[in-house]
Amino acid sequence: MKILVCISHVPDTTSKINFANNDTEFDKNGVQFVINPNDEFGLTRAMWFKEKQGASITVVNVGTADTEPTLRKALAIGADEAIRINATPTDGFFVAKQLAKVVADGQYDLVIAGRESIDYNGGMVPGMLATLTGANFVNMCIGLEVEGTTAKATREIDGGKEEIETTLPLVIGAQKGLVEEKDLRIPNMRGIMMARKKQLAVLEPEAVEAQTQITSFEKPAAKGDVKLVSPDNLDELISLLHNEAKVI
Amino acid sequence: MSILIYTESENGKLKKAAFEVASYAAAIAAQNGLSVTAVSFNTDDTDTLGTYGVSKVLNVKNENLSEFNATLYADTILQAAEKETATLVVLGSSANDKFLAPMVAVKLNAGYAPNVVSLPESTNPLKVKRTTFTNKAFALTQVDTEKAVIGLAKNSFGLKEEQTTCTTEDFAPTIVESSSKVLSTDKATGKVTIADAEIVVSGGRGLKGPENWGMIEELADVLGAATACSKPVSDLGWRPHGEHVGQTGKPVASNLYIAIGISGAIQHLAGVNASKVKVVINNDPEAPFFKAADYGVVGDAFEVVPQLIEKLKEYKANNT
Ligand SMILES: Cc1cc2nc3c(=O)[nH]c(=O)nc-3n(C[C@H](O)[C@H](O)[C@H](O)COP(=O)(O)OP(=O)(O)OC[C@H]3O[C@@H](n4cnc5c(N)ncnc54)[C@H](O)[C@@H]3O)c2cc1C
Ligand SMILES: Nc1ncnc2c1ncn2[C@@H]1O[C@H](COP(=O)(O)O)[C@@H](O)[C@H]1O
Repeated sequence: MKILVCISHVPDTTSKINFANNDTEFDKNGVQFVINPNDEFGLTRAMWFKEKQGASITVVNVGTADTEPTLRKALAIGADEAIRINATPTDGFFVAKQLAKVVADGQYDLVIAGRESIDYNGGMVPGMLATLTGANFVNMCIGLEVEGTTAKATREIDGGKEEIETTLPLVIGAQKGLVEEKDLRIPNMRGIMMARKKQLAVLEPEAVEAQTQITSFEKPAAKGDVKLVSPDNLDELISLLHNEAKVI
Repeated sequence: MSILIYTESENGKLKKAAFEVASYAAAIAAQNGLSVTAVSFNTDDTDTLGTYGVSKVLNVKNENLSEFNATLYADTILQAAEKETATLVVLGSSANDKFLAPMVAVKLNAGYAPNVVSLPESTNPLKVKRTTFTNKAFALTQVDTEKAVIGLAKNSFGLKEEQTTCTTEDFAPTIVESSSKVLSTDKATGKVTIADAEIVVSGGRGLKGPENWGMIEELADVLGAATACSKPVSDLGWRPHGEHVGQTGKPVASNLYIAIGISGAIQHLAGVNASKVKVVINNDPEAPFFKAADYGVVGDAFEVVPQLIEKLKEYKANNT
């Protein structure tokens, strides 16, 4: 089985989000970038398929040269090869189109992306990619087994979960639960050394027009001070929630 | 020309989120002299959509669609959009909505704006405000395609009544074979889900162990709330993964979020930013959550929560 893991390169979860250039750009100053957490769950599951079922893993990112350390980290974790599409990822559709070309050229059976990236987009790429390539799609995937060309996937639904039987080629939107937190891998020395010898191909993008653009950013309004209520006076809390906040 | 909305139902009944999507679309329609058509699957109470400004419902009654199937649902929504020559399709933000929206967008050749939190600032070009960086910020997004798909963030617009004469038509889409099928569904019945809840009661590592969740569930029961937790609590297996809220878990956009024994790490706060009112119960007055909360009680959860339950029971008894 040939697996493609889509990696988005995002600010570390502890990052304070600031904007530059009149609030039109994300301010990368002092920000650490990491593999998008949902993609990390996906990559870990891909490693299971590699080790248990002999699958091969290619990781891909649509981004500029500064994302290469993130791809190298994925190689150090155990991916076999990496592809970087040399372009600024302008919107989800643009990225999905670039990835669709990679999928068609590489004939991947299984594409693992994340449910959403924690930076701009909000869950567009996997569903768009599946639709563009005509593959089956399972979003919010928390379990995946593959036998031949049949896949059994579990997806989270509101208030529970659902088991789906489907066929390859398949795209999943991975999230927490697909693998256990304790099984996430930190690259070791040997992995890092081996990663240096693995191929990281840089390809030029297809000409695609983005469908959307962000014209400016805004931060949420500053929060007023908290109103403290004494633990001996919980009636006051109830009264505030009823009369002032009007939520009960 | 019209605005098409997808209205989700469960066991034949529309979900509350469907009325929010209808209210939102009706407000855009009113500004632009358009009408709102809804497409719904195997729904019995489609008439109620008239209360929220919908003038036509395409109701799809089809056995093959009794269970969620993304490809077939997305195909049907596409056919409905074509029939209605819709230039805008609006969905909500449930798990199914988020599954369908990007698929519908590609099929319709439409730009997609997810997690939208307010009415468009302009409709030509379409400019909407949406959350980004997992609720740490907003982005003003312009859709440059002729058609657009909007995913409306939950609880961002509310319900607005707009009594309209509403007709329901049977709609029979062309349905192809699908290579995906649901094998089983495992869903707690009779429990409020985080996605639908107006109030969420959430517990953190400060509660010490899963055996102490009885009071969290009881508090949730009294309030008709859903239960949730912080990430370490689900990592430790004290609570199911589906309850984990935050940047790497679920977003919560309830009216009231009560955080008990949760410190308020940045990743947790990102997931609850969209909740309107936040109450924190924590024995450490320095806990960062107090800075993000509206109301706070500095105290031991094991003393405060049982008392709060008793007092809320009294309050409910006197107010219903
Ligand atoms: C990549 C990454 C992603 C993450 N994503 C998320 C996420 O999505 N969601 C999330 O929640 N976290 C996330 N985290 C973890 C986050 O950084 C915090 O570690 C976590 O939120 C802390 O959980 P907690 O508040 O329950 O526990 P703690 O930080 O241990 O806090 C416990 C709190 O309980 C209080 N307490 C103790 N005893 C009592 C008592 N008797 N009564 C009242 N209060 C008491 C303490 O004062 C303390 O404030 C992420 C971390 C990383 C690195
Ligand atoms: N620039 C990118 N390069 C490669 N994969 C991406 C990129 N952006 C998003 N993805 C993938 O799509 C998933 C969902 O991202 P998004 O649609 O941006 O929320 C991510 O978790 C990645 O797996």
